[in-house]
Amino acid sequence: MSYPEKLQDLLDTLALLPERNDRIEFLIDLSESFEDVPAEVAQRPFPEEHRVPGCESEAFVWAEPAGDGTFRYHFAVENPQGVSARSLAVILDRALSGAPPEEVQRVPQDVIYEIFGNELSMGKSMGLMGMICKVQAETKKQLTDG
Amino acid sequence: MKIEERGYAHPEILVSTDWVADHLDDPGVRIVESNEDPLLYPSGHIPGAVEVDWTRDLNDPVRRDYLDQEGFQKLMRRIGATKDTTIVFYGDKNNWWATYALWVFQLFGHDNARIMDGGRGKWVAEDRDVSREVPTFEPSDYVAAERDDTRLRAFRDQVLGHLRDGGPLVDVRSPEEFSGERMHMPDYPNEGALRGGHIPGANNVPWGRAVADDGTFKSADELSAIYRDECGLSDDEEVVVYCRIGERSSHTWFVLSYLLGFDKVRNYDGSWTEWGNLVGVPVEKGA
Repeated sequence: MSYPEKLQDLLDTLALLPERNDRIEFLIDLSESFEDVPAEVAQRPFPEEHRVPGCESEAFVWAEPAGDGTFRYHFAVENPQGVSARSLAVILDRALSGAPPEEVQRVPQDVIYEIFGNELSMGKSMGLMGMICKVQAETKKQLTDG
Repeated sequence: MKIEERGYAHPEILVSTDWVADHLDDPGVRIVESNEDPLLYPSGHIPGAVEVDWTRDLNDPVRRDYLDQEGFQKLMRRIGATKDTTIVFYGDKNNWWATYALWVFQLFGHDNARIMDGGRGKWVAEDRDVSREVPTFEPSDYVAAERDDTRLRAFRDQVLGHLRDGGPLVDVRSPEEFSGERMHMPDYPNEGALRGGHIPGANNVPWGRAVADDGTFKSADELSAIYRDECGLSDDEEVVVYCRIGERSSHTWFVLSYLLGFDKVRNYDGSWTEWGNLVGVPVEKGA
C-alpha cells in the first residue's frame, strides 16, 4: 500500500537514521517547530469534539478545508511535556496537509511504529495512534458535513 | 504543604525537588528518570539523571514479563548502583512511570528507593536546570536478589481467588474504560482487549485522583477520604489494584502502600489486557 507522498518522503528520511539516538534527535527537533492551532481556526477552551480520545497529552485536531478538496491539519497539545505528541503533530501537518483525503483516510495507524520505533509503551502508542484516527475522523466529518 | 506535614505513613519514600537539587553531585544517590514519552529524557533531564525505560530496560523482550535476576543485575551495574545507592525516581505524568519502575525495583528488594514528589513536571515548572548530556557511570558490582513476585504482584488465578473471597479491587482506569463504553467508541484505536468492562465488584478510582494540581501527592487526609471512606478499604486487608497493563495501577499501589501504609497491596500487572481477553472469567459492564 502506498502512503501519501510526503509521508513516504519522511519515512525514507527516518530510514536513513537507523541509530535510535539520531532518530530521537530528529523527532525532538521536529517537535520544536510545533505551532498551535491558529486563533482564527480555534481558541481555548478548545471544543471537546476536537479532542483526541485516549491521548494523555491532551491533543486536539482540526481539519481546515484548503479550497481545492484537500485539508490543512491543525493541532494543539496542552500537556507541556507532550514532546512525542508535538513531534507527531508536526509530521502529520507536513505529511498530510494538502494530500488527497482518500490517501489520508488510508494511512494505517501503526505507521507510528515506523516513525517512533517499536519501543513505545502501549498507552503511548494508543495516544499517538489516536491522533491519526482523529485526523481521519475530522477529515471524514468535513467530507460528509461539508 | 511540605512532605513531612502531609501525614504519610512512610514520608521518607518521597523527596522534594529541593532535596534532589541539593544531591545532584551526591555519589550515594542515583537519579533515575522513567517516562511514558520516549522523547522526553533525551530532550533534557535533571543533570546527572540516567534513564530507565520501561519498554527497553524493565520488560522481557520476548515473554510478557519483567526482567529477571540477571537482567536486573546488569541494569544496576550499568547505572553504577550498589546496594547502598539511594535510587530516586522521577518522571512524566505525575510520576506514573516512576512508580512503575519503583515497583519493579521492589520485586528485586531494592528498597533504598525514593520518588521525587511532583515528578518531572514540577522540576520543569520550577525552571530548574536540565541537561541533554547522558551520563555514564563506573559499572558497579551489584549482585541482584532473585525476583520475588509473591508480595507485590498478583497473577490472574490469584485475582480469581481474591474475587471469589470477596476481596477488594481497585480499578484505576478512566470511567470510560471501567464501564466498557470506550470499547465501542468509533475512531478509537483498539485497547488490546476483546471485552470491555471491569472485574466485578471493583472500585473505580482513576489513579490521577491521588495527585494535587501541582503534580505532588495529596495529603494523607485527602487520600484517606478517597480510599478508606469512599472505597471502604481497610489497612490490613488484601487489596488488588489493576489498570490496562499495570502501569497506572503501580501509582495507586504506591499511594496505598507508602502514603497510607496499607500492608497487603498487590498490583495485578496482567490487568485488563489479560482479564479482558480471558475465556470464561466474569466481567461487569457499566458504571
